[in-house]
Amino acid sequence: MTELKRLEVSLITGRTIEQGEAIEGRKMAQGYVEAAGVVYLDPEDMEELGVWEGDVVRVETDFGSVLVYARRSPDAPHRGVAFIPMGPWANAIINPSTDSIGMPSFKGVKAVVTPALGEEVLDARSLLAKLRGG
Amino acid sequence: MPERVVSDVVCPFCGCLCDDIEVVVRENRIVEVREACALGTAKFMSLSVGERITKPLLRVDGSVRQVSLEEALKEAAKMLADAERPLLYGWSSTECGAQAVGVALAEVLGGVLDNTSSVCHGPTVLATQDVGCPSCTLGQVKNRADLIIYWGCNPMQAHPRHMSRYTTFPRGFFRERGVKDKKIVVIDVRHTETARLADRFIQVELGKDYELLAAMRAALKEYEIPEKVAGVSRKDILEVVELMKNCQFGALFFGMGLTMSFGKHRNVDNAISLVKDLNAYTKFIIMPMRGHYNVAGANTVFTWETGFPYAVDFSRGYPRYNPGETAANDVLQNEECDAALIVASDPVSHFPAKAVKHLASIPVISIDFHHTPTTEISKVVIPAAVAGVEVEGTAYRMDTVPIRLKKVVEPPEGCLPDREILRMLLEKVCEIKGVETPVVKHA
Repeated sequence: MTELKRLEVSLITGRTIEQGEAIEGRKMAQGYVEAAGVVYLDPEDMEELGVWEGDVVRVETDFGSVLVYARRSPDAPHRGVAFIPMGPWANAIINPSTDSIGMPSFKGVKAVVTPALGEEVLDARSLLAKLRGG
Repeated sequence: MPERVVSDVVCPFCGCLCDDIEVVVRENRIVEVREACALGTAKFMSLSVGERITKPLLRVDGSVRQVSLEEALKEAAKMLADAERPLLYGWSSTECGAQAVGVALAEVLGGVLDNTSSVCHGPTVLATQDVGCPSCTLGQVKNRADLIIYWGCNPMQAHPRHMSRYTTFPRGFFRERGVKDKKIVVIDVRHTETARLADRFIQVELGKDYELLAAMRAALKEYEIPEKVAGVSRKDILEVVELMKNCQFGALFFGMGLTMSFGKHRNVDNAISLVKDLNAYTKFIIMPMRGHYNVAGANTVFTWETGFPYAVDFSRGYPRYNPGETAANDVLQNEECDAALIVASDPVSHFPAKAVKHLASIPVISIDFHHTPTTEISKVVIPAAVAGVEVEGTAYRMDTVPIRLKKVVEPPEGCLPDREILRMLLEKVCEIKGVETPVVKHA
């Protein structure tokens, strides 16, 4: 069996237009998953990892793990930097430390991306249920 | 069917507060929005198509039932009055009157009062308190600036009309040829949509903004700088510094790339210091790209009422301010608060899992107009009218210019303005506590 490929990245979060549109009264809908349950990767990183646009990947940090869809970043090149739009998916794995100033560390979290074919990306409601259960 | 066009409407989405929106209304429904960007349009249109809350809800043992406003308020007041250290959070997506009542409520409860700047430009506030902030209004930028720098922000996605209304594309009094009279520089870790519109893009290594700022300050003072700093060549740094020194009026806008990355408030401190240094050569200003449409108002109202812009703790009977101890994420992650009132905000979506876990374990009251993951964990949900669309009020633009929000349509029956709901809640809390209800000015 071949070993599963893995990609080490620094994770950042932030606003996108799609995320901003989806939060206006459609947070419980599938559109929110498609807008914020995604990770934008450098196309070369994707090739190295062996994933295509729309494949499910697992993003794991010291603070948690989350399943999201891989997306080809329009803002490349940014090898080694992964972007998940702000929202419950990013927040499941970012570094909560406020560095004694009240602000969590939303950008620059070390993460590992692995392919997760056959797995399912949870919607906001299921993600919350999982968090409360765990 | 008769249509009505309401003009000069102010958009209640981001800190740009665009005030040139036209909204077409048919039978009290918004059917078309003109001039607004995709984000603003989504907000206006969401009132009739989104997952709107119109009835007060009470969640008992996992099941939800509709209740009267009176019952919801009674339950909410009891939850808050019973709490030892309630958190009152949100506030940036409502108007200033509601914020003012919120401050009074926090004081009576001895609670922790925080707005969304603690996860946004809180570090900017801290840096400003340390080193000041040379700034101006967006009108001045439009009329005078010939060099625009966007650092760690992506307005094309987060403030889509910022470039077209205030900085890059409009013709100004001294910039008659519009974009031809201006230079745009973008400094970011990704080659964003904004970067693609710029004359010059500088790709900084993630988490190395502080170093790049320091190198620019050193270069400005004619010190020798290394061959490469933060992934940027000496040549590029010197050229950008020359651009800055030789412009007539420069404006540096920055976003979460500085406030959320390693260094946080120290990054902002260094950016402000760079701009101060530049004023020895030319006119230069700096401005944070505020996200929520009235987060600047929340800072302003909290400051005039308590002396502090966010993370205000009333537990000792007087306002105390210590981000790192008294911001929402601190009291949640340290499991210090035992109840929460969330107003026009969705921390369950936007806080780290560790904070959400605690929030989901305590009694929560939400005042909002849409179903969100936060209303999903709330014990009491009170439906509100939408400030800036269904309610008038005041909001502060990112340059802290106050703008009067318009009422465009009537709210659904039973949905009251945030400030009215909060006033009734304040009255009920005071009743339980046996204290006189404070009079809230400006609300």
